[in-house]
Amino acid sequence: MAGYEPVIGLEVHAQMRSRTKLFCGCPTDYGAPPNEHTCPVCLGLPGALPVPNEKAIELAVRAGLALGCQVAPHSRFARKNYFYPDLAKGYQISQFELPLNEKGHLDIEVEGEAKRIGITRIHVEEDAAKNLHGIGSGAVTLVDFNRAGTPLIEIVSEPDLRGADEAEAYLKKLRDILMFIGVNDGNLEEGSFRCDANVSIRPAGQTELGTRAELKNINSFRFVKKAIEHEIARQEGVLQGGGEVVQETRTWLEAQNKTVSMRGKEEAHDYRYFPDPDLPPLAFDAKRIEALRQALPELPEAKRARWQKDLGLTEYDAGVLSAHPEVAKYFEAAAEALAKRADKMKASEAGKKVGNFIQSEVLRHVSTDGLSATFPVGPSAVAGLLAVVEDGTINGKIAKKVFATMVDTGKSARAIIDEGGFAQVTDKGAIEDEVRRVLEANPSQVQQYKGGKTGVLGFFVGQVMKATQGAANPKMVNETLKRLLDAP
Amino acid sequence: MAEPKIKLDEVLHVAELARLQLSDDEARQMQAQLDSILGYLAELDELDVSDVEPTFHSIPMDAPLRRDVPVPCSDRSEILAEAPESEAGGFAVPLVLEVDS
Ligand SMILES: [Zn+2]
Repeated sequence: MAGYEPVIGLEVHAQMRSRTKLFCGCPTDYGAPPNEHTCPVCLGLPGALPVPNEKAIELAVRAGLALGCQVAPHSRFARKNYFYPDLAKGYQISQFELPLNEKGHLDIEVEGEAKRIGITRIHVEEDAAKNLHGIGSGAVTLVDFNRAGTPLIEIVSEPDLRGADEAEAYLKKLRDILMFIGVNDGNLEEGSFRCDANVSIRPAGQTELGTRAELKNINSFRFVKKAIEHEIARQEGVLQGGGEVVQETRTWLEAQNKTVSMRGKEEAHDYRYFPDPDLPPLAFDAKRIEALRQALPELPEAKRARWQKDLGLTEYDAGVLSAHPEVAKYFEAAAEALAKRADKMKASEAGKKVGNFIQSEVLRHVSTDGLSATFPVGPSAVAGLLAVVEDGTINGKIAKKVFATMVDTGKSARAIIDEGGFAQVTDKGAIEDEVRRVLEANPSQVQQYKGGKTGVLGFFVGQVMKATQGAANPKMVNETLKRLLDAP
Repeated sequence: MAEPKIKLDEVLHVAELARLQLSDDEARQMQAQLDSILGYLAELDELDVSDVEPTFHSIPMDAPLRRDVPVPCSDRSEILAEAPESEAGGFAVPLVLEVDS
C-alpha cells in the first residue's frame, strides 16, 4: 500500500464575549426568544449604518496578540456576498484584504513532540442568523436573527497539521487560550467555538498539495478526530481505487459515522469580496496595541509553568487546576490566602496543600457553564479551613468532615469547629491514656514491634485514630507511641 | 468586433450568483453593456499609479467605534409584520435542506 501523508488546515470561528453585537447595540445573550434581539442593523434593513463595537475589536486584537500575530495598524471590512436565508443583507461583513491580525503561531505538543503551527490570519466578522428546521408546521425554515451580527473571529491556520491528533491538540490549546484571555466561552455544543477542516492527502514525500475537501459541522473534539480520520481514509480509498479527490464541501454526520458531500455549494464559493463602503478603515496605533499587549492576561501555559515553579504543583496537578479559568483563579486566590494566614508558610507549601485539597474535595462540587463556574464555598473559606489544619486545631481527616458541613451550611470552618466539637485532641494526658489502652489490647503486635517489626507502628496509629474518631493529633500520637514502645 | 472584455459564460455565471434568469437575448444585451462599461474603466489602466496609495475609503477617516453598551431592540411583532410570512417568532422561508445525502 502506498503511504499517504495527510495535510490539514483548520478554520475556527469563535464568538467573542462582548455584551453587544459587532455593529449594533443588540445584546448577544444566548437563549432569548427568536428575533427578540434584533434591530434594523442586524436585520440588514436598507439605510441602517453599522458602527463597530470597540470591545469586540479589542478582544480580537487580544486574541491576535496571544497567538503571536502582527496587528495591522490599518485593517478594513469587506463584504462577502452570497445568498442564504440566514443572511438578510445578501452579504456578510467580514475582512478580506488587510485583516486585523496576521502571521501568528500556536505551539502544540503531540506524544511529547513539540510542533509550531502557523496561523495565517485572524479576522473579524459578523455571525449569520440561525435557521431552524422542523419547527412549527415543518413545511418552512424559520430564521432567527438573534445570533445575526454576533462578533466572531475566524482563526485560519496554515496547512501545517499532519494528522487528526495534531488537529485535536491544536483545537484544544486554541480553545484553552481563548477562554483564559476571556475572548470566547469555549462552548462547542452551543456553537460558540466552531471548526471547519480542510483535509487533503498526498503521497509521502511529495511537496505539491493534493485536492482538498472542506469538512463542516464538527462540533465536538471527539467528532474532530473521527471526522478527520474518516475523511483521510475516504480519500485514501478514492486514490487507491484509481479515482480523484474532488474539491468540495463535506459535512460530518455523526449518527452515520461518515462525511457526505454538500453538493451544489461550489458556485457559492465565488464570494466577490469588496471593501464595505459603510465602514471606514479600522485604525490601531502602535501605542494602543502595546497597551493591549501589556493588559493581556497570563496565558494558561505560562500559568502552569509558574505554578510548578512557585506553587509546588506537579505537571498533572497544574493541568487539572487550569482546566477552567475560574478554577485557576480560585486556586490562586486560595493559595495566596493560605500563605498569608498560616505563619511562615512558603508559597510552594500553601500551593501544594490548597492544590491537593481542591482536587480531592472541592472540584466534585464545582460546575462550569461557559466561562462561569459555581463553587461550593469561596476560596478564602478553603484557606481558612486549611489554616486551622495547619495550626493543629483539627487534622486532615476532620477537615474533610468540616468541609462537608461548610458546603451544606455555608458557615466558616472556625464556626463549625467551635460548635461541633471537631477540635483536635491535643491533650497530652488524654492521648497517652488512649495509646496505653491500644497497646494493652494488642500484645502480639507489641511483641512484633519489640522484635524489630517497626512497621506495625502504623497499625497502632490507626487504632488510636479510630478510637478517637480521628480527633487525635497524629503527630502527638506518633511521638507518644514511640516513647512508650521504645521505653526499656 | 474586438474580443469582448467579458465572455458570455461569465455573464451567465454572474447572473446565476445574483439569482437572475436571463434569456439568450438579455444575456447578450448585458454582455454588450458590461463590455462598454469595462472598456470605459479600462482607460484607468493607462495611468501609472505605482506611487499612489490604494484608497481604502472614499472619505479619509478612521472608523468611529461604539461603546459596548446594550440599547433597546426593535419590537418583534412590528418587525415580523413586515415579513411576507412568519411563524413561531421566526421569519418563515421556503424549506432549506442543509445537506444532500
Ligand atoms: Zn441589532
